[in-house]
Amino acid sequence: MFSTSYIIKFTLVMTVIVALVLSLLVSGLKEVHTENESVYNKKGILSAVSAQLGKDINAMDNKEVQELFSTSIDQKVINLKGEIISPEDLKAKTGTSEAVDIDWGKQIKKPENERLLPVFTYKSKDNKEYNILYVRGKGLWDEIWGYIAFENDWNTIAGQAFDHKGETPGLGAEIKDNKAWYGQFTGRKIYSSDGTFKSVSVVKGGVKIPDHQVDAISGATITAKGVDEMMKRGLKYYESYIQKNKKS
Amino acid sequence: MAEVQIPVKSESSVFSFGKAEKRLITDPLSDNNPITVQVLGVCSALAVTTLVSKALVMGIAVIFVTAFSNLFTSMLREYIPKSVRMIVQLVIIAFLVTVVELILKAVNYPIWKELSVFIGLIITNCILMGRLEAFAMGNKPWRSFLDGIGNGLGYGIILVMVAVFRELFGKGSLMDFKIIGPTSEYVLNTMEISWLSWYAPNNLAILSPAAMFIIAIIIWVQRSRNPKLVDIS
Repeated sequence: MFSTSYIIKFTLVMTVIVALVLSLLVSGLKEVHTENESVYNKKGILSAVSAQLGKDINAMDNKEVQELFSTSIDQKVINLKGEIISPEDLKAKTGTSEAVDIDWGKQIKKPENERLLPVFTYKSKDNKEYNILYVRGKGLWDEIWGYIAFENDWNTIAGQAFDHKGETPGLGAEIKDNKAWYGQFTGRKIYSSDGTFKSVSVVKGGVKIPDHQVDAISGATITAKGVDEMMKRGLKYYESYIQKNKKS
Repeated sequence: MAEVQIPVKSESSVFSFGKAEKRLITDPLSDNNPITVQVLGVCSALAVTTLVSKALVMGIAVIFVTAFSNLFTSMLREYIPKSVRMIVQLVIIAFLVTVVELILKAVNYPIWKELSVFIGLIITNCILMGRLEAFAMGNKPWRSFLDGIGNGLGYGIILVMVAVFRELFGKGSLMDFKIIGPTSEYVLNTMEISWLSWYAPNNLAILSPAAMFIIAIIIWVQRSRNPKLVDIS
């Protein structure tokens, strides 16, 4: 019915048209996409200090989030030795000078001597400083991550915001949705009284050491274990930076 | 399942909307529902029905894709070489799904982030290929478009129905609005209807098997009430 050359021409023309339209759409929407992603990350960081801000971050629109973030959050990038990376170096290494726009999921997978970490500092109106650290790990289905805000002593947790790529709603997704659960972290300490690193563990069947433990989520054992692991390993990476800042 | 015969009329205008056209929309909602009667697209019905908001967005996305893939395929049906028609149909579907994904990412980023994989998986949704092969390849564009909308709607309605059950019993909420549950955050608890406060969200409703039970119950109820669907064999 149709000759071979017609079939080839037909498929070629069709592929070219489809590719053209899609590439136009992608480049046309690129700006909106990057802005959305940036706002999403900023919302995550601000959520960690939402109690201090006294605002519901999720109810804010893009513009308000951008403004609040640029006026109240100070961004730094460090390496595992605890040295601050200069903005020029950062630009050369990652292509952006803003810590919030870096793909931290990729950074975490790099070898330890090349890996970078973000430190976000929030200065409240009554001139208190809260440092927000970033942790990332694995849940049941996919990656989970969190922003943990610390009081001035670099020890007491002042706020936290967890997020996930694909945990089950009602079970693993509770780490993001259930305030009663993630709120447990506030006020916990990551160092014991003699100064050794303890982190905050997620335990089943009741909290025994109130300073360093929170209760797990029933029905989401693996996600809870993931959070436990992430808090231990992720915060440990900041150890040298924390020690440096504690002394001064 | 046999196709429902659509009586052919001499059409006065291209976009006429008579009885036959109306049936193209209403049939897939009940008598010829893609999920419960044609049993297509069950896979995604299990995955995205944990929350009503997710199911709604998914339903809208599928309506868009089925309608326009039917339209484009029908417009091209006389020019598509039979030997490559599957590939051509797939290109059209993949194109539309990518468009949906890009637009959703621009309009509502958090929902896109939650659905991400499943929007992409609309490509593999059997309803699409099924409708293109069974309808769009042999019917005019306007009717194919309506058929697409009808089937997308039929899919979306079942999705939302399943999601309502799963979210209500699994999380105690609807569209993230907390309704029944053990703490005072839930509306029915604060209104001092104490007899409902014993209810603790049922984790089973959240897991995939629950969707299977609910779809099976819907199919059961529908078949026992509709004599047309009784399987004689």
